[in-house]
Parts: sequence; C-alpha cells; structure tokens
Amino acid sequence: MNTSAANPVAMGENRGAAWPRYVVLAAVSLLMLYPLVWLVGATFKSNAEIFTEVGFWPSHLDFGAYARGWKTSTEYTFATYFFNSFLITIPRILVTVTSCVLVAYAFARFEFWGKKWLFAVMVGTMMLPLIVLRLPQYLMFRELGMLDTYWPLILPSAFATDTFFVFMLVQFLRAIPRDMEEAAMIDGCNALQMLLFIIVPLLRPAIVSVIVFQFIWTMNDFMGPLVFLASVEKYPVSLALKMSIGATEEVEWANVIAISVVALIPSVAVFFAAQRHFIEGAAAGGIKG
Amino acid sequence: MAALSLAKIEKTYPNGFKAVHGVDLEVRDGEFMVLVGPSGCAKSTLLRMVAGLESISAGVLRIGDRVVNDLPAKARGIAMVFQNYALYPHMRVFDNLAFGLKLAGTSKAEVERRVRHAAKLLEMEALLDRYPRQLSGGQAQRVAVGRAIVKEPEVFLFDEPLSNLDAKLRAAMRVRLTELHRTLREQGRPATVIYVTHDQTEAMTMGERICVLKEGVIQQVDTPVALYRRPANAFVAGFIGSPEMNILDAELVAAGAGLAVRLGGHTLPLPPERAPRTPLHGPVKFGLRPEHIGIVPLDGSTPVPAKLRFGEHMGNEVFVHAEIGNLALTARVPAPQAESLQASPRGSEVTLHLQMDSAHLFDAASGASLA
Ligand SMILES: Nc1ncnc2c1ncn2[C@@H]1O[C@H](COP(=O)(O)OP(=O)(O)O)[C@@H](O)[C@H]1O
Ligand SMILES: [Mg+2]
Repeated sequence: MNTSAANPVAMGENRGAAWPRYVVLAAVSLLMLYPLVWLVGATFKSNAEIFTEVGFWPSHLDFGAYARGWKTSTEYTFATYFFNSFLITIPRILVTVTSCVLVAYAFARFEFWGKKWLFAVMVGTMMLPLIVLRLPQYLMFRELGMLDTYWPLILPSAFATDTFFVFMLVQFLRAIPRDMEEAAMIDGCNALQMLLFIIVPLLRPAIVSVIVFQFIWTMNDFMGPLVFLASVEKYPVSLALKMSIGATEEVEWANVIAISVVALIPSVAVFFAAQRHFIEGAAAGGIKG
Repeated sequence: MAALSLAKIEKTYPNGFKAVHGVDLEVRDGEFMVLVGPSGCAKSTLLRMVAGLESISAGVLRIGDRVVNDLPAKARGIAMVFQNYALYPHMRVFDNLAFGLKLAGTSKAEVERRVRHAAKLLEMEALLDRYPRQLSGGQAQRVAVGRAIVKEPEVFLFDEPLSNLDAKLRAAMRVRLTELHRTLREQGRPATVIYVTHDQTEAMTMGERICVLKEGVIQQVDTPVALYRRPANAFVAGFIGSPEMNILDAELVAAGAGLAVRLGGHTLPLPPERAPRTPLHGPVKFGLRPEHIGIVPLDGSTPVPAKLRFGEHMGNEVFVHAEIGNLALTARVPAPQAESLQASPRGSEVTLHLQMDSAHLFDAASGASLA
C-alpha cells in the first residue's frame, strides 16, 4: 500500500538500469528460441540445404513439405493421429484433475488415521523412475486384456498416480486460509458442496497448471503409447512422428520437420491460453487497505 | 433472537493444551455481549465453540432452549463475521450474501428481498456487482456483516471484525455496528450478539455487557460502567480504562481510628468507605485511575510530592508520568493545567493530588478486590 507512494523515485532509477537488463534478456531468449525459428525455416528447405546452411532464412517459400508431412507415408493422415492424441489426452486430463483434487482435498483438509505416513509414501513415489513401473503395468494390463487400447494410458491417472500434481495441489491448498471454508460451513455447505463451490474455484490457478502440464506431457509421451499400442491406426502424434522418420529409406527431412512444427502447435496454444490464469494466482477474499 | 448459555464449558486442544477452563456465561436474548481480553486468552476459541467450528471438550452449550453441543455449525442458527472477512473471492458481493440462503433452498424472490434489505441497511447497494478484490477494507467489512444479516440468525458472532481497519475507519464502524444493533431492536428483530475483541475501547463503547477473559478463565461479567467502577480484581482494573489504572505495591497501616496506605514512603489516609470489608494490615495492591490524579488540587484530594518523568501531549489533555518514591504512575490532566510543567526538566519536583475516595485495593497475592 505504501509502496506505490514510495515508487516514483525508485522507478526513475529503475528505468535507467532497465536497458542493459532487457538487452541481456533479449539475447538469451533469442538464443533459446533460435532452434525453434530454425526449425520453422528448415521446413522450406531441401535436404541438401538443411545440412549445409546455418541460417534459418529459406531461399524459397514452399508449403509442400507441410502437405506431404501431413499426408504421411502411412494410410492415415496426421488428422487421425491428432485425433488419437486428443482421445488420450482429454480423458486423461479429466480423470487426473478429478482424482488429484479429491486426494489433495483429503490430505490438506481432513484428519484421518495414518495421514502423515500415507503422504510420505505418496511423495516417495515421486522419486520412482517411471520406467520401473512399465513392466508390471504391462503385465497387469495384459491380464486385463487392455493392450492395444487407450485404457493403460488413461486409467492409472484416474487413481491420482500423478503424485506430483497431488503434491502441488496440497501445497497450494495449505496456503489458502481456512476462514472461507469455515464461513461456507456456517453457510451450510456439506463436504461435497464445499469442494465444488469453494475449494475448486479457489484452486483454479493450480488446476489450470495441472491441465497444462498434463496436456503437454501426455502429448509428448512416447514410451507409454510405444509400449501399450500395437495398431498404427491408434497411434498418437508422438509415435506417428517417429514413424515418419523410419518408414522410407530416404528421409525428406523437411516433411518430418514440418509436421513436428505442426505437432508443437497444440501445446504452445494451450500454454498461451492458460498463461493468464497461471499468473492470476489465488486472489484471496480477505484483507485490503 | 435467542438467549445463549454456556455452562462449565471447557476446551482441550488435541495437542493437550487446555485453552478454556470451565466458563459459565449467560447471554440474554437480544443482548450485545463483548468478550474481551488480551491476545491468547481464548476469546476466539470460545466463539468458535459457540459457532460449531471447534469441538466442545466439556460442558453444555445452549442456544435458545436447545443443547447444541453436537449440532453442526449450519444447524445452530448462528452467523459469524471473521477477522479477515473470509469473503468468497470468486463470487460477486450479491452471491457472497446469497450463498448461504441458496444452499438452504430459499426461494429466489426471498433471497433477492433479503440481500437488497441488508444492502440497504449497510449502504452498500452499489457494491452488489463487485468482486471482493474490488472492495476497500471498510467495504469488505460491511459485506461480511451483510452476509451475516441476510441469514437472520439467532445469534451473531463477531471475531475481531474491526482489527484490520485503520483507526479512523474502526471508530466509524464501531458506531455503525452499534447503531445497527439498535436499529434491529427497534425494527422488532433484536439480535443477540457475541462480539470478540482485544480492544478495551471497543468493548467499552459497544458492549451492553462485557465479559473479561484471562487465560481461558472469566474474570468478570458486567456492564461497562460497573467494570470501570467496581473491577473484581487487579487484572480487570488494569485492562479496562485507558490510560491504564495505576496499580502500585503499597501497605495498609493503622492511622488513628481508620486506615491509611503507605505508598513510596508516604502515608495517605484512606476514606472509611474505601477501606477493605475485613480490616487488615500489610501488603496490598493500590489502584488509582489516572483521571483521579491531578497536578492541582481535586475534590477531596490528598497532596503527595513526586518527581516528574515526562508528559505525553494528547491535544486536549496530557498524560503526566511521574514517580512517588520509586513507584511510577500516570496522571491524566487537562492540557491548560499541564502548561506549567512544559518547561520543567526531568526529575523536577511536582505535587500530585490523589483522590483517595476513588482508590481501589486489591489483595497483594491474588489480586482480588478487597472492596
Ligand atoms: N488448534 C490449536 N491447537 C492448540 N492450541 C491452540 C489452537 N488454537 C489456539 N490455541 C491456543 O489456545 C489459546 C487461545 O487461543 P485463541 O482462542 O486464538 O486466543 P485469542 O483469540 O483470545 O487471541 C492460545 O494460547 C493458543 O495458542
Ligand atoms: Mg482471536
């Protein structure tokens, strides 16, 4: 509150010092972004150009690579693979959010026997390399007859096994004062109404993060689909991308790169769409001025 | 609109800490009762037990003629205003007020009527479409009160609702809340209020009766005037009134037919009506409020030589800090009288005039009033 009054002086000083900082930031971000820019440039190049030129500016503008990449060398276009990816990603996000919020709510707000111990175990599983789980999971889903379906990619998330998200939500919830929930209790909420009308809206920024991360990670997941899916018609984008490299002897790199660029679009779009909510944070209903 | 009764209420927290020790308190129907005490004296704990947010370890809590010990918060007919307001940040003011009513299945028209009525009462009709983050502290405070009013509860519970406001706003809200209580009474819907604060000024100005707490034990329950005039012990005497009552170590001695107080090497005769019920001699605590000490003779005062320490200028009056012997005490004198002292250096001699007929005597060990 007082800071705004004290600011004019400080801001004057800051403006002078800001230029070098922006220059450094711009240089670093350019360094980080250059491969991406180069990637886009490379989609307009021939194989020979790609391997000889460092510059990203292509000699001619030809979207043919995008069309050829999209068609693929298989009998399906990337439309199918994108559709498959969404068929995995969207249900998985739904069950992740539901299960993780429920579990986090329980850990953060209820007392039950063995809570500390269970929480420690849960956090412990975060240390477990995912690859260790693959074999037992494979055997289990084989017994269940779920191989070559999307179930093995979705079902585990329905049991809050993405413990990182649970952990994140618990931490977020712990930082929210309980007053609002107590007020809601007096207002007559039961536990479920509390969750839906109070907790979930308060958790919104954290839930958005869960959605974004789960979206990007699931879109990028290569091992999971590789292990559990056999039929090409069920492949998601990540597998299809790999396939477009291996399918023909002479790889047209421009095609591969073009479709990689397209494959990036959903993740980037989701990230930017969610950015506002990331930043917003939990604006508590409480104290001001 | 119900009486409230606490009988032998106790609270032991899960970690074994006993916060409330056998509290007995009767709050009358429609009464404005203030719970006051220093931070950590279990005011909030007590209020939260009444609200149903904290379990009751022992004792019986009645609201109206129902025992509510084991009823959930929503079934007790109470509404609470929190220190941090605890508004729902994702709902507009209107929905903040309407939320509880909607949950209870109140008809849309009735919700609308009650919210509008409360908004009018609190002069916040213009705020109904705002989100809590768009409100100033004082406005958010009113919304929090409004959320309690729309529920038309049996008992209103306030937990330090003004402590987040600046001093000016706090004084204004004090008046507003008191007026609100009177208004509801005049409208024939008297509200029973339990109001928690650590601020004795709030307690004195707002409470019809005040319950003074210390470490989970009730010290005294009475009207503000009675607490001021007849504190039950040294703690209440020191807590109620500002600046604080001077409470000094002294000795009761015989003086002729009556008694006198020996204070910092001086012997001050005690008026018979102020003498202890059971005559005694020996160490006591001597209490005298700053307003009963002057630097010019007052009604029936006794002069005592003292050393000046410093003066705190408050505008219309000055708090003069001085020493009798090695006992520090404060006098509250009108500013014009204190002008003569302005130039006096520290340690200079002054004569204090003590109104001994306003003196209080407390047991040296227990602090209980001897009057
Ligand atoms: N959940 C708790 N567990 C253990 N002790 C508590 C808990 N809440 C409060 N206390 C203790 O109980 C006493 C009274 O607390 P509180 O009612 O908040 O005091 P007040 O509102 O008068 O400042 C304090 O000593 C506090 O430390
Ligand atoms: Mg408190």
